[in-house]
Amino acid sequence: MIRKIGPIVGLGFVLVLLLSLYSGLSAYFQAPPEATAEEGFHLYPKELHLASNGPLGHFDRQQLQRGFQVYKEVCAACHGLTLVSFRDLAALGYEEPEIKAIANQWATEVPSVNPDTGEAATRKAVPSDRFPSPYANETAARAANNNAYPPDLSLITKAREDGSAYTHSLLTGYANPDTYRNKDGKALPASSKPAQGLYFNPYFANLNIAMPPPIVADGQVTYADGTAPTVEQMSTDVSAFLTWTAEPKLENRHRWGLTVLIFLIFATILGYLSYRNIWAAAKRKVAPIGPLDPANMARREDAKDEAGIVG
Amino acid sequence: MSFAWATPYEPKSDLSRWFDDRLPLPRLVHGAIGGGYPVPRNLNYAWNFGVLAGIFLTIQIVTGIVLAMHYFASADGAFNSVEHIMRDVNGGWMLRYAHANGASFFFIVVYIHIFRGLFYGSYKAPRELIWMLGLVIYLLMMATAFMGYVLPWGQMSYWGAQVITGFFSAIPLVGDPIRIWLLGGFVPDQAALTRFFSLHYLMPFVIAGVVILHIWSLHIPGSSNPTGVDVKTEKDTLPFHPFYTAKDGWFVGMFLTLYCAVLFFAPNALGHPDNYIPANPLSTPAHIVPEWYFLPFYAILKAFTVDFIVPAKLWGVVAMFASILLLFFLSWLDRSPVRSGHYRPVFKRFYWLLVADVFVLGWAGGSAATPMVVAISQIATAYYFAHFLIILPLISKFERPLPLPSSITASVLHGEQEESAPYGLAKSAPAAAE
Amino acid sequence: MATLEEPQVANGADDGVRRRDFINIAAVSFAGVGAAAVVLPLVNQMSPSADVLALASTEIDISKIAPGQAIKTSWRKQPVFVRNLLPAEIAAAKKVPLSELRDPQSLAERTKAGKENWLITLGVCTHLGCVPLGTGEGENRGEYGGYFCPCHGSHYDTAARIRKGPAPTNLLVPEYAFTSDTVVTIG
Repeated sequence: MIRKIGPIVGLGFVLVLLLSLYSGLSAYFQAPPEATAEEGFHLYPKELHLASNGPLGHFDRQQLQRGFQVYKEVCAACHGLTLVSFRDLAALGYEEPEIKAIANQWATEVPSVNPDTGEAATRKAVPSDRFPSPYANETAARAANNNAYPPDLSLITKAREDGSAYTHSLLTGYANPDTYRNKDGKALPASSKPAQGLYFNPYFANLNIAMPPPIVADGQVTYADGTAPTVEQMSTDVSAFLTWTAEPKLENRHRWGLTVLIFLIFATILGYLSYRNIWAAAKRKVAPIGPLDPANMARREDAKDEAGIVG
Repeated sequence: MSFAWATPYEPKSDLSRWFDDRLPLPRLVHGAIGGGYPVPRNLNYAWNFGVLAGIFLTIQIVTGIVLAMHYFASADGAFNSVEHIMRDVNGGWMLRYAHANGASFFFIVVYIHIFRGLFYGSYKAPRELIWMLGLVIYLLMMATAFMGYVLPWGQMSYWGAQVITGFFSAIPLVGDPIRIWLLGGFVPDQAALTRFFSLHYLMPFVIAGVVILHIWSLHIPGSSNPTGVDVKTEKDTLPFHPFYTAKDGWFVGMFLTLYCAVLFFAPNALGHPDNYIPANPLSTPAHIVPEWYFLPFYAILKAFTVDFIVPAKLWGVVAMFASILLLFFLSWLDRSPVRSGHYRPVFKRFYWLLVADVFVLGWAGGSAATPMVVAISQIATAYYFAHFLIILPLISKFERPLPLPSSITASVLHGEQEESAPYGLAKSAPAAAE
Repeated sequence: MATLEEPQVANGADDGVRRRDFINIAAVSFAGVGAAAVVLPLVNQMSPSADVLALASTEIDISKIAPGQAIKTSWRKQPVFVRNLLPAEIAAAKKVPLSELRDPQSLAERTKAGKENWLITLGVCTHLGCVPLGTGEGENRGEYGGYFCPCHGSHYDTAARIRKGPAPTNLLVPEYAFTSDTVVTIG
């Protein structure tokens, strides 16, 4: 009974699918869709070489400190880092008094309650606090930024495809929409040009981003360790820092990974040898091809057919 | 139940005798996975994946229980609690990545296990119930995985919940009330999150119960084998311990190595970056996609674009559920008495076509819905239904299978009698089935 | 029953069995070590997480506490008593011979040099953990003029040392420091 109903159900589905296929194909050929501007102009991130890349990646602490400085002086005015605590900066190589000072002098204060009146107030941050958000809530953030919401940067390099490279490409990728030419030499169509309050950046999904270029000139930040603060350098450093904020346990993870893999590979080899040892006692070595293998059986059947032997 | 020559349980010490007299657990273990359970001697590595599935179920339960000690099921706090686990809990990052990647590996193992069953005819008599219990486990796994993915309350968590609960509104008349009842609200929100957490914690134990039934019903006829020929004599089998404990043991080690390589060195490779963005009900992601193990079904869902009697959306939902439910009837759709694909050359070709088809469906499910991708998914979906509902019944009726070996031992050991007999006079006459 | 042929071992059969089994024992031991190692992170994850350990250093403004007054505040989610001792209370504390004390400690050991009027202790009775009375106006301060725990009748003296009742030790003095004359940082 199932073998009668089954094919009917199957034919039903196939029929509806063929209908859908036909309708889709005829719509496609009647009005072939045009390539959108995004397809022609959107760029994938440039390769970024960070110390944290690869299975044996680690953090370059000097670079992370420089990146933190860029975040503090360029990005922190609009972008929160609310999943990171000040005490986490110890991983960058800062000492406890330095961290206390960083927290204490942070531009935004932490929300608290006035102990005498009970009203909402703010207080200076301490190392156990998270980085306070520059805005009280999303509405305030949008109000201050032309209805655009500057995303929290704690996880940004994991929240975007190829995030570390994307961040760097985005920061350095701003271009003049009038003079920009894509790889085929085409100019940007007028419909894709940025509206008021938007800026052209081919690395951004919609091509036009609400954030004005944050790193505009060399020397915008003066590095404490004396590294030349070119635009490229600052962008790379902050991308490295944001890679750390998204994955602070990266080095730990790689180190444990190596240990666990070595142990497991060794255990597997031992297990395999033990398996061979135990099975050696049971004769199960099969000749490569024997007369009863299906391939040989098939050949035997063919030979019988050709010879006209029945049975 | 076992074969007549199975070694009975002999308590090795006074303590084990004392225990066994009061609770026959030692003899149960001995008869199930010990020296007292005969297993065909010719099993290949495709048979290792059942045990691996059990191991990943255990990994998921253990890591899940410890994660639940730190997770906080509130719409405001869930995302932060997961990040708290990743950053502040001792070894939390390892537990979280173990659980997330463990789900993926659980599905990889179960898919290989299912496709083993499809090739070797493990669903055929007398193992139909084992097959159906396995499908029940698979359905429970899908429900558990879906609810688990909602818990971090990222963008994909929220919008995936929207899409999947939206299926129910496709049901005419009662659809939307059912959807609202499921969610406890009009959109996924606090009510949905807490109930998903509760059910996500419960389901794996239900799965464990069904797994016990699955193994119990397997141990009645015993395992099948690559030739599909039944066990006949003692020579056809080996005791599970130590032969298959050793074989399973090393293969598990190798698979865990693969699992740990992904966990420690590419933990986000199988996930989606959008789930690192906190859920925002006012902003839809550019491409909503489920996790990779649901992609073929997603492709089937999106393949139906034309209203025909009922809306296209309802066709999509019905087809998606039908694609799994039809597997329950496989033992009756495919009536060939020959089990193993090795002896069914026509079936074998269509089997590999099915495998390719499922990969194509998976690729299509994850790609943006351009006209070309939609057309390909329509053809692939049509093949999927045709394969099980039309092609398999036809093949099983009309194909000419290869002659089967007379026994497992004959196939493995190529007994001297068969080898030395003159052509055509061999004692083992080719028998299609016995 | 497992083998179809007898193992063809002429001599040294026992030796061969033992050598062959060694690899099995090695493999199982490695698996055992691995299984044991897996337990460690599962147990360790229950220990306090980094944010809990990042002790909030509570800063307390003591400028408003007059001599003879005490306040109850919180540190590490536990009650802390900060008392400004009167000269009479200091003298009473110093008069007690250490041999009379269940938990011998002098007032000097429990306060900071030059600031012996400031007594900062945990407000947790060392018997079974109740919060003793004595900080608020009019609260029962027990027979020794310090703190009194109503749960099982432990009496603490002016230096918060146990004098009568079931508590075994004095009220705990946490780590603290004067960051200025009016601010104390605990922890």
